[in-house]
Amino acid sequence: MIPAQFDYLAPTSVEDALAALAEHGDEAKIIAGGQSLLPVLRMRLNAPEMVIDLGKIESLRGVRDDGDAIVVGAMTTHHDVRTSDLVREHAAIITHAVSELADEQIRHRGTFGGALAHADPAGDMGAPALALGAVFTIAGSGGTRTVPASEFFVGLFETAIGEDEILTEIRIPKHTGWGAHYEKFVRIKHQWPIVAVAATVRVDDGTITEARVGLTNMGNTPLRATAVEEALVGAAATEDGVREAAAKAAEGTNPPSDLNGDSDYRKHLAGVLTRRAVLKAAGG
Amino acid sequence: MTATQERPALEIGKDRRRKEDQRLITGRTRWTDNITLPGMLHLAMVRSPFAHANITSIDTEAARTAPNVVGVFTGSDFGAEMGVCINAWPITPDQKTPNHAPMPSDRVAFAGEIVAVVVARTAAEARDAAELVDVEYDELPAALDLKKAAADEVLAHPDLGTNKSALWVFDSAQAGTGGNVDEAIEKARGDGIVIEREYRQQRLIPAFMEPRSVVVDPTGEQITMWSATQIPHILRFALAATTGVPESKIRVVAPDVGGGFGGKLQQTPEEMIAFAVARRLGKPAKYTETRSESLMAAHHGRDQWQKLTLSAEKDGTVTGLKVELLADLGSHVSLVGGGIPVLGAFMFNAIYKFPAYQFNCQTVLTNKTWTDAYRGAGRPEATYAIERLMDELAAEVGVDPLAIREQNWITHEEFPFTTVAGLEYDSGNYEAATEKAKAMFGYDELRAEQKQRRDAGDPVQLGLGISTFTEMCGLAPSRVLGSLDYGAGGWEHASVRMLATGKVEVVTGASAHGQGHETAFSQIVADRLGVAFEDVEVLHGDTQVAHKGLDTYGSRSLVVGGEALVKAADKVIEKAKPVAAHLLEASLDDIEFEAGRFSVRGTDQGMAIGEIATAVFAAHNLPDGMEPSIDSEATYDPVNFNFPHGTHLCAMEVDTETGETTMRKYVCVDDIGNIINPLIVSGQVHGGLVQGIAQALWEEAVYDDQGTLVSGSFVDYLLPTAADTISFETEHTTSPATTNTLGTKGVGEAGCIASTPAVVNAVVDAVRHLGVNDIQMPCTPERVWRAVNSGGDGGDTEGAAMPHFDESEPGQDSTEGAGA
Repeated sequence: MIPAQFDYLAPTSVEDALAALAEHGDEAKIIAGGQSLLPVLRMRLNAPEMVIDLGKIESLRGVRDDGDAIVVGAMTTHHDVRTSDLVREHAAIITHAVSELADEQIRHRGTFGGALAHADPAGDMGAPALALGAVFTIAGSGGTRTVPASEFFVGLFETAIGEDEILTEIRIPKHTGWGAHYEKFVRIKHQWPIVAVAATVRVDDGTITEARVGLTNMGNTPLRATAVEEALVGAAATEDGVREAAAKAAEGTNPPSDLNGDSDYRKHLAGVLTRRAVLKAAGG
Repeated sequence: MTATQERPALEIGKDRRRKEDQRLITGRTRWTDNITLPGMLHLAMVRSPFAHANITSIDTEAARTAPNVVGVFTGSDFGAEMGVCINAWPITPDQKTPNHAPMPSDRVAFAGEIVAVVVARTAAEARDAAELVDVEYDELPAALDLKKAAADEVLAHPDLGTNKSALWVFDSAQAGTGGNVDEAIEKARGDGIVIEREYRQQRLIPAFMEPRSVVVDPTGEQITMWSATQIPHILRFALAATTGVPESKIRVVAPDVGGGFGGKLQQTPEEMIAFAVARRLGKPAKYTETRSESLMAAHHGRDQWQKLTLSAEKDGTVTGLKVELLADLGSHVSLVGGGIPVLGAFMFNAIYKFPAYQFNCQTVLTNKTWTDAYRGAGRPEATYAIERLMDELAAEVGVDPLAIREQNWITHEEFPFTTVAGLEYDSGNYEAATEKAKAMFGYDELRAEQKQRRDAGDPVQLGLGISTFTEMCGLAPSRVLGSLDYGAGGWEHASVRMLATGKVEVVTGASAHGQGHETAFSQIVADRLGVAFEDVEVLHGDTQVAHKGLDTYGSRSLVVGGEALVKAADKVIEKAKPVAAHLLEASLDDIEFEAGRFSVRGTDQGMAIGEIATAVFAAHNLPDGMEPSIDSEATYDPVNFNFPHGTHLCAMEVDTETGETTMRKYVCVDDIGNIINPLIVSGQVHGGLVQGIAQALWEEAVYDDQGTLVSGSFVDYLLPTAADTISFETEHTTSPATTNTLGTKGVGEAGCIASTPAVVNAVVDAVRHLGVNDIQMPCTPERVWRAVNSGGDGGDTEGAAMPHFDESEPGQDSTEGAGA
């Protein structure tokens, strides 16, 4: 599998990367970890003339504490996110989800920002980022702007990142002490999820006081199950307590049909998996 | 001359680590794609995106003028020298066999068929230029669905007038091997039990690890072809027979080959095109397929509808079995493609004493990738059908599925046993294997847990699946192949060369591609000749070294090739005996051979076989008139198939809320006769089990309604990894084969044949009380869930891939986002 010929740039700063992007415009494609772009190039489904590699921009790597939030650099690998104590302590749902993402080789290559910017609705990072209300920092020629997760995912493989812009970091409000669980449904282990549910909850004395629930692969974008979140508040952290709320998971969704399952089966799964995810997140 | 030596410990039965592993596992060896020759050119194929279309024009101009392109060829650029892809097994005299041109110039019959080849100085330049070949097609309606194709609704090859290629029938009443099946069924409709089912064998892709690769060097006196093939000898024959190049001018080498599973038992269009292009240009040429090409255009396997009617008496004693198959050949009747379902014809009756049996197989042409051998080839299909049916019969009678099997199987006292399909099973002991497996499995405890879960209405139910399989392998007695109209024999050849230094070179006509022949065959020869394991070298896979052979498939290498080796080694000993007598100055009658040493009976005088070899090399002092060689060869034609069997028990948990299935326990006790190397056997069994389980749960080649392969990458064709399986518990019982010296039976396919029905039986058993009696393979969570919730077998697979790599999806051809 040989890609079509392309030129390659590896700038060492965001400014240089933006300049390269401005210069090459439509002909350029940005590469982060390459775990989705390279197969596309090798299968010749896309043939950009210029590939701009962000891998040499050190400032885009790493996780830092920033008061009421943690900030993850867009080029931080999944492996580094997975092993980050800051993420584990303040955004445990991301640790859970990234631990289930693909396999160890891919986690060492693929990046947090790359996966989010690629916006594959079956990607594992979207639902947790959405559930936690992440804020995306996007750099462009005119400076940086921030976009809330609720506005970041626009459509299938489409985000709020403009053609001349680069995602630089993701700011995640701290959810310290929240229980978390990522319930991923696959047929074989290294598969993209057929459906997955990211749930993180605050439990006080056996009662759920706050809940955030994100859905993977239940539509063209990651989705937030707000109806479930609202219904969970005040619910007992028991099978019976969460059953009714979880049943709302598929409300308003339009999941795809493919060889792993029809749309209506995915809707059914979403309810079951949400119940399980919430219970496990609540320590039940 | 009188050196004494200790009798070496027997090699056979020893857990030898494989000699091959160092080089195969580290990759420091010669695979075909590693071969680089001076001036070598590279090929890239242009393939049809349509399942069925007329080619109206091919414009190669832009490709021809691309950088470093040496040539662009289409089918019309070659005449008869291209040759054709042969069908070596026309199963009936009136079989309809469409001409199989390696590169058709008029019409394509499946998506992936080659219409042009680009030749360039590098592989990248060839690929780039291939994109510039402009082919115009006039699309034709495609025959895709097997049942509709069998009804000739749309023709895969309009000129043939029908899609029905051949109808092959075996009837025990006509053959004189049993009664009339229709009468048995009719009687059972009145006073017994009739089970009628229709099962689907989904289409599978062999998915070997090393994609196919071929290098052709036409610059020597002989044209040399290196190919990642299972069949260098058959390939050489096919090249010679169809291109007009004399067989003696062709050398085919199968270097180390990374797996085949039947998928490399083929004479491929790619090999024929590389051969023709290299000859045309007078330069070495290489073609290595991409994984996408491999999944799309290397032959597929299975793909049948099985209509089955089993009759029994009220108490569950079987009285008849009628099998009506539709088998999808795909676009062409390939090398042995038509014969694959026929290999199952003798196995549907399995280990049971059916008094009447009938097998009907209609092979059908469609506009999908052509099908041929895939691990088990015909026998997994048969085993699946009968083992599923026996569970259904048990449910109907209301007894344990093990009890219904015991009631009907051949008991160990009854061997040798001639079956209703006319085969003679030489040995076996189904009772012993089953008893051992039950104990290992904890059968009764698991049944108790199943009952408890059912009673409690547990959302996770437990099912137990059984497969008491047998198979026929060791292909094959030549006279049987002749009676089936197969185009070749089933013998194997071996030679043993005694080198001057006392080392031994063994040449086998079998062609290993991961099996471990070099190790196992060394063990056999070490014992037979009494030499050290390390002193035996096994050579294979090169028609100039192994000049005669019929290659590796059908679990034949050990039971046929190993027996040839034994016979050749015995001839060495017979030839060496007079030399020993001469040198030891003894009478020939007084010479004994044991543990590598010729000795004079009743004395301490003796010589090691290596010393004899040295003396024969020198030839200074040999018996008068003796040819100075003790090298020997043998060609062995098996007298019968052999019949491994075993009892496989599988426990599956089924989550009734989601349909998810989880393997809890898998136990198998296989009887493969005597074992040469338990470690290699273990590898074969474990690998075979995973491949069979994968058919039950994961793998399926899915096409959309345009005839495009949807599961065209490993994103959508679900190959399991170690992470998806559990630790299997494997054991053996031993009923040595009586038809070969070593008492061995084949093991290469056994696990794959046995495991599929064990798994599906377990899944169905888990939810049978919920009204389910079938779930179509692969038993996806969705199918299981649908079967539990709305009945039926779970329905067909949606012909759509996940959109990760779909070019039509937005975002992939834009510059949005940071990539990933």
